[in-house]
Amino acid sequence: MMTLRAFDARMQMAQRQGKTSFYMQHMGEEAVSCAFRKALLPGDMNFPTYRQAGLLIATGYPLVEMMCQIYSNEQDPLKGRQLPVLYSSKEHGFFSISGNLATQYIQAVGWAMASAIKNDTKIAIGWIGDGSTAESDFHAALVFASTYKAPVVLNIVNNQWAISTFQGIARGGSGTFAARGLGFGIPALRVDGNDYLAVYAVARWAVERARRNFGPTLIEHVTYRVGAHSSSDDPSAYRPRTESDTWPLGDPVIRLKNHLIVRGVWSEDRHKQAEAEVLDTVITAQKEAERHGTLHSGGKPSVRDMFEGVFAEMPPHLRRQRQQAGV
Amino acid sequence: MPRKTMIDAIRDAMDVMMGRDDTVVVFGEDVGYFGGVFRATQGLQAKYGKSRCFDTPISELGIVGAAVGMAAYGLRPCVEIQFADYIYPAYDQIVSEAARLRYRSNGQFTCPLVVRMPTGGGIFGGQTHSQSPEALFTHVSGLKTVVPSNPSDAKGLLIAAIEDPDPVIFLEPKRLYNGPFDGHHERPVTPWSKHELGEVPDGHYTVPLGKAAIRRQGAAVTVLAYGTMVYVAEAAAAETRVDAEIIDLRTLLPLDLEAIVASVRKTGRCMIVHEATLTSGFGAELSALVQEACFYHLEAPITRVAGWDTPYPHAQEWDYFPGPDRVGRALLETIEP
Repeated sequence: MMTLRAFDARMQMAQRQGKTSFYMQHMGEEAVSCAFRKALLPGDMNFPTYRQAGLLIATGYPLVEMMCQIYSNEQDPLKGRQLPVLYSSKEHGFFSISGNLATQYIQAVGWAMASAIKNDTKIAIGWIGDGSTAESDFHAALVFASTYKAPVVLNIVNNQWAISTFQGIARGGSGTFAARGLGFGIPALRVDGNDYLAVYAVARWAVERARRNFGPTLIEHVTYRVGAHSSSDDPSAYRPRTESDTWPLGDPVIRLKNHLIVRGVWSEDRHKQAEAEVLDTVITAQKEAERHGTLHSGGKPSVRDMFEGVFAEMPPHLRRQRQQAGV
Repeated sequence: MPRKTMIDAIRDAMDVMMGRDDTVVVFGEDVGYFGGVFRATQGLQAKYGKSRCFDTPISELGIVGAAVGMAAYGLRPCVEIQFADYIYPAYDQIVSEAARLRYRSNGQFTCPLVVRMPTGGGIFGGQTHSQSPEALFTHVSGLKTVVPSNPSDAKGLLIAAIEDPDPVIFLEPKRLYNGPFDGHHERPVTPWSKHELGEVPDGHYTVPLGKAAIRRQGAAVTVLAYGTMVYVAEAAAAETRVDAEIIDLRTLLPLDLEAIVASVRKTGRCMIVHEATLTSGFGAELSALVQEACFYHLEAPITRVAGWDTPYPHAQEWDYFPGPDRVGRALLETIEP
């Protein structure tokens, strides 16, 4: 959680400095993805949204690679093709992020169905925000998960705000998002998403259920988006400036810190030291990433790369266009 | 060699592939127990089990979205959309997901997926069972689009599509399921058992994606057609006695531009026929490509015959459908403008 927060702060700043076009931070929601990741096994596959970078950080995906993706530089593992933060790492159980909301939810169910068809024990984990539960993909995912009892955990991260739209607009007359599961016959839980240990406990339970082939579980993680939706957003235009100051549900980092101090396994000094270490790690990674270029300066993916990878084998019409482009 | 209907050939292709490759799975609405409303999957569930061939809820988005996830896992889904007219709820999953996955993940995740769907009219299906939406797919980077016109090709092309590492849209002209319908709706259709292209080899074979076939050699004009329009064009050429060279494109993307250009340079004239609506139809792309590559060989303007730019009507079906009369008149105009 602390690494993700420091990473966000540095990348947000890098965006403001013009080193990339766009950034999305996690402030307030760090516990959800960081704690959930700890309940998974290698081979399990997350189908994330753009606000689950904690899944990557908590499983040791190199910060430098994440930054190279954000900078779209010559070392970008996605060759400059994707908007910043739309990471992909099959090796780290992290499905390519779309940017079209909710599409990944039904794909997670399909992936889980495939695992079951192959008598595999790997599970899939779907992620979605409160606002995009209104998309048809969400409802298709719940129908398919219910009908085929797919080994999938379906997470809803309710951070209260879909850009400027309060979650009630998507929730409608339903008391909670978790209640959406009941009509589909899918067991549903609602958890304090700012409590790292609670998220971990719920994740363990749902993951175990899926892995033992007892079927899908729907989890609503109640949290709060402290920051802006993205680097292109200004929340003061639609919610009180002071709202985020009160940290609804509390800062997940401070809550875990206080808990560990009370348990006698952590201290204020140790925490300060950890913050400094984390910042140092992130800054070192950033320096290395910037050696490979940033969006508008230094090394870039080649224009030739733009034409590659549309198909396994380049068809004649694309080959002609690449020649026209002079690459 | 055994002669089969196009439905039997398509089922045969899936049967062959399910037998050879246990990652091939087949599903869709009414596809499992019942075997599909056109019976294309009849018997596959009994033969391969409910985890390889199964029924789905009525959700095209769900069918294609789940298939994208399965393909990312490593399966080769071959899904059925009951009518091409029902594909629109799945369009986002096709355009933004299936077609883009390889590119956006730099090859970490791929989508070897086939989406089969009956296309075209001529069955009094009205506007929701008659459309030809191929241009909506050829416009999307990352998709291959196939339209077979006979049982022999249908089997080989479908096997090639299932084996292809990328997503393939497989449009089956439903009016051709039982025979080479030439637009003469007033007479019974010749069954595939009496047509040489009804001969379907047993076992595994492929017809490569991206290769057209010349159905009639000719010198006066090149006719570019696919699906049902191949037979309409054949009938029109026979009835007008125009020595047309009829090219069955078979695959719209990748397109066999080489075969098209060679023919047009030989005949000096080109006519394009499709059942889909005219404006922004695939014929517009063909026309532009022919003009770019054959301008100095053209002796007449390129002509297009297509469905009118209206929704597909019910009672006026045969006034809408580009039949042999309309295609024949256009042929004569193309050779003597």
